[in-house]
Parts: sequence; structure tokens; C-alpha cells
Amino acid sequence: MTNHAGGVEGLPREKVEQFDRELAEIVKRYPPDRKASAMIPALRLGQTLFGYVSPAVQALAADRLGTSPSRAEEVATFYVMLETHEFGRHLVEVCTNVSCSLTGGDRLWAYLKAKLQLAKAGTTADGKFTLREAECLGSCGTSPAILVDEEMHEQLTPQKVDKILGGLT
Amino acid sequence: MSETLILSARWGKPGGAALESYRADGGYAALDKALGMEPSAVVDEVKKSNLRGRGGAGFATGLKWTFLPKDIRPRYLTVNADESEPGTFKDRYIIEHDPHMLIEGIALTCYALDIHLAYIYIRGEFAKQARVLEQAIAEAVAAGIIGPKLLGKKDFDLQIHVHRGAGAYICGEESALLESLEGKKGYPRLKPPFPAVVGLWAKPTIINNVETIANVPWIVKHGGDAFAALGVGKSGGTRLFGVSGHVNRPGVYEKPVAYNLKKLIMEDAGGVLGGRKLKAVIPGGSSAPVLAAHEIDISMEFDAVKAAGSMSGSGGVIVFDESACMVRALARLSRFYAEESCGQCTPCREGTNWMEGMLERIEAGHAVAADVARLEQVANSIAGNTICALGDAAAMPVQSFLKKFRPEFLAHAELRRCPCGDTGWGLTQEPRDAVAGPMRYAR
Repeated sequence: MTNHAGGVEGLPREKVEQFDRELAEIVKRYPPDRKASAMIPALRLGQTLFGYVSPAVQALAADRLGTSPSRAEEVATFYVMLETHEFGRHLVEVCTNVSCSLTGGDRLWAYLKAKLQLAKAGTTADGKFTLREAECLGSCGTSPAILVDEEMHEQLTPQKVDKILGGLT
Repeated sequence: MSETLILSARWGKPGGAALESYRADGGYAALDKALGMEPSAVVDEVKKSNLRGRGGAGFATGLKWTFLPKDIRPRYLTVNADESEPGTFKDRYIIEHDPHMLIEGIALTCYALDIHLAYIYIRGEFAKQARVLEQAIAEAVAAGIIGPKLLGKKDFDLQIHVHRGAGAYICGEESALLESLEGKKGYPRLKPPFPAVVGLWAKPTIINNVETIANVPWIVKHGGDAFAALGVGKSGGTRLFGVSGHVNRPGVYEKPVAYNLKKLIMEDAGGVLGGRKLKAVIPGGSSAPVLAAHEIDISMEFDAVKAAGSMSGSGGVIVFDESACMVRALARLSRFYAEESCGQCTPCREGTNWMEGMLERIEAGHAVAADVARLEQVANSIAGNTICALGDAAAMPVQSFLKKFRPEFLAHAELRRCPCGDTGWGLTQEPRDAVAGPMRYAR
């Protein structure tokens, strides 16, 4: 699937080149013979550049880190922040664990489902938002909390959520 | 006498995370002092301090350090910043408000233990905190505090890197953390061998929690005895207690390690929301067995909470008022453990899913009394039968909720519905900032 000229089947060449440039910086954090340690950051980088961690992205990361595609796949499918399927332009994750729900997190989850017209976790028809529940975000003293595109928002009310989502395109 | 603040003294200070500000307040003086000491003398101070691990297990830090084999190099340090235990939210404030205290602690630990490469493993959801750390490390390198020399004068190569996880509670377990840092899925390893002997890339590795390491500069500066004197018995220092749930002033409170739990909730955290009655407290993160309201007049010191049948764990205190449904709360916690079980051991992989399903049925009114007994059997079958502590962590809430609040579970079975209805998460459903004000820090 990969070739060492830098191209990978199905992935745009200029983005693969960008991937290689940025990955070269990331792997400096690990000893030269331990490049495979960079698998999580490599797949995250792939998700940022290519939209999600497709099999082609997994193969690219595995190739560049000198390991097998199955190693990349096991990592891509193990961690919840690595997406192996396409998702909405914005990812909204609502903490409904205990400390948040004791102070309104569960209600915020219900509010967001209604607002985005989703019966359960999923992606809106226009592809703009993917909504799902999150596990404890470490924001228990500033609950309820959500992540929007991996950035944390805390001490939320429906009004504050409206404002945050309203600012997204 | 004013209370000693070791960890949170500089929190909230404008620009306090910057190197310049940290140095103006005496930062890196402990490292300077240590460079005039033998490395083994630094270890001795940490042993004397009675510092115990703040991640949850409460293991003696100095003792852990002595487990490193004498003659194997390289050795590594990994700092556990995977803070993911529900109810735990303390390490992030150290990172956000005083990252250089952590970096100085890392530099001291590495100097003491002859370690030249350290990783901070931070949970993926802490994107902002990871940026703060990267910035602080870059500042320290640019200033020559770390790098080829320590403080620009001592030949001692030290590299510190941030490694972000990607969403997996199990990676807070130290051997799963190492697997993850090696670029794999987070499957805990069989122990022994312990990481201090066979750790990262099969080399001896010390793994300490953020809060644990952040104490080291103070210990070096003021001496291990002074730190020990703040605690009792074999537990020294202060701790960060995070109080959340149904309290008037949720927040992180730095208190002596043996502080009274009832006082923490009723005085520091302002008591129960809305003046309602206290029902239950989880004292040390979601895995810690729950305490009933009448059981909380205890010291939070590790051994004291253990004697009371629970654990002070990560210091994450979750408070439930009388309006909370304990079945609903436990069902949600059990879902968490089912979600986060890595799937390696059958009792945990299968059992956590069974518990989640059974609790959802009990909460929905689809269960009978015999199901409550069966739930307890499943929990008992997981505990002690797995490679890592996640199995126990999933079982302990179930066992303790059933022990302390069994009538609520039976009432669900008998009525065939949740008696609490819409108010199952408690009567407090107003926006947080309207009822509780902003988060407090340890003041």
C-alpha cells in the first residue's frame, strides 16, 4: 500500500508530505530505536490532517514508524479519541459521569440531543456535529463539562452551550 | 497558625505559570540546593518525608525509588498525569497554575535517581494542560535549567517530554501506561516484575503521580522531617482533596494529609447544597467504597480511611445529598468501568458489562430482588481475579453500595421503577455557577 517515495494510495501527496515533516519532529521525543512509541501522536496527526484514522492512515503511520499495520490498527481501535470512521465537522462530547450528572450533566446531555435533533449519540444530518457522551473529564469541581473539538468547556448552562456551538461554522 | 500550602500556594497568581514568575518566588532554588548534595542524600530526604503516592495507592515514594536495580542503565521516569478516576481533578491544577513546580520535581527526582529521560504521560483530553507543559518545558530548556546541564552548571543531561494519551482510563494503571507509551494499546502487564525493575522498553522505570513529584522541591528545600511533621505516622505532608457533587463550594482544597473528611465537606466545601441532608460520600475517587453519612467523621490519612472500610485513593471526594438515587449513581459508575475495561481478563471484560446491564435493569424497574443478589455475586467474582486493579475498582463500588444502601436497590425491584423518578440525580439541577459560584482553590 505504501511506497517510500512518500506517497500512499488514496491519500493526497501534499498532506502525506506534511505528515512526514510533522512526524519527523514528533519522533525526536523518543530514542531512535523506539520510534514506534510515537504511534498515538502519529495517528492523532493523521486524524488532524486526513479527517479520521482510516486504514490508509494506519498503514502510513505504521510504515513511517517501522511497525506493522496491525499494531497501528490495535491502537487506532483502542483509544476513544482516535476515530476510525468519518465523523462530523465538530465533535461534542458531554460528560455524564457522576460528579457532572449530580450537578446537571445528564440534563445537559438531554438538552444537546434535543437541540441537535438526535435520539442518541450520532452525527447530525448536515454532518456538522457529532454528539456523544464522555467519561469523566477531570472537571468535577467545575461541572458540568463538555469537550468541543478536544477543547474543554466548564461550568456550563444550556445558554453557554448555545453560545459555544453558535460560534462554530 | 496558618496552614502550610505546598502545592497550591501559587495558584491563581496572574502569570504564575511562567518561568520568570516561578523563579521570582524562589523556584528552582531546591534544584540548586540539591546540586550541592549527593544524589543519595536527596533520596534520603524523600524517604524521611514519609511522602506517599498521591495517585491512589498511597505507596511510600522513597521506598519505591529504592526498588531500582543498582547496576542497570538507562533508567526512566514517567510522570502519571492520566488523571481519569471519576471525581479526581487535582493534578490538572498543578499543571495549569504551577507547571515549573512539577518540572523542578522531575529534575530533582532524575538527579536523585540518575535518570536522564523523563516522560509526562498526560491524558488526551487535557489538551490545554499538555500545551502548558510543553511551553514550560521549552522555557526550562531555553533557560538552560534542563538540557545538557542542570541549571547551566552541573553536567547532567536531562530530557523531559510530554506524551499525550488518547482517551483510556486504563492507561492510568502504571503498566498499561508503559504499554501506551511504547505505542501499543493499554493492556496492563502481569506483575512481578514491577516497573521499577522491568519498565519502559524493559528498563527500570519509576512511575509517580503528578502531585507526588510536585512535592519533591518543597521536601528538598525544607527537609524531609519538616514534611513528615505536617502529617501523622507514616504519612507526611499535605494533600490536594477535590470535592465535587452536592456541595456549596466544590473545589480543590490543600489540607494536611490527615485532615478530617467531615470538616472538609461541611466547613471547607460549605456543606451540602441547598441545606439538604447528606446521604453518602465516596472519599477517594469512584473506585473507593462508598461511606454512609454517619461514617465520615474520619481522618483522610490512607490507613485511617482503610480502617473505615474505604480508601482515600486519589483524594477525590464525591458528595451525594439525600435526593440522589444511589442506584442511578452506581449504574452510571458501572457503565464507566464497562466502557473502560481493556478487555484483557475475562472476569472484568464480561463482568463489568453484566454489572452495567443488571444495574440498568434495576434502575429501570425491570429486575426482581434475586437480581440484586446476583449482582453482588458477579462483583464478588471479579474482585481479585484480574491482572490489574480495574477489576477491583469496578467491584468495590457495587459491593459497597449494596452493603450500605441495599434497601434502595430492593425498593427499585419491588416497585418496578425508580422511586426517585426525574429527580434521580438529585434536586440540584440549576446551572452550576448559579448555585455554587466559581471553583475554589484551597483557601
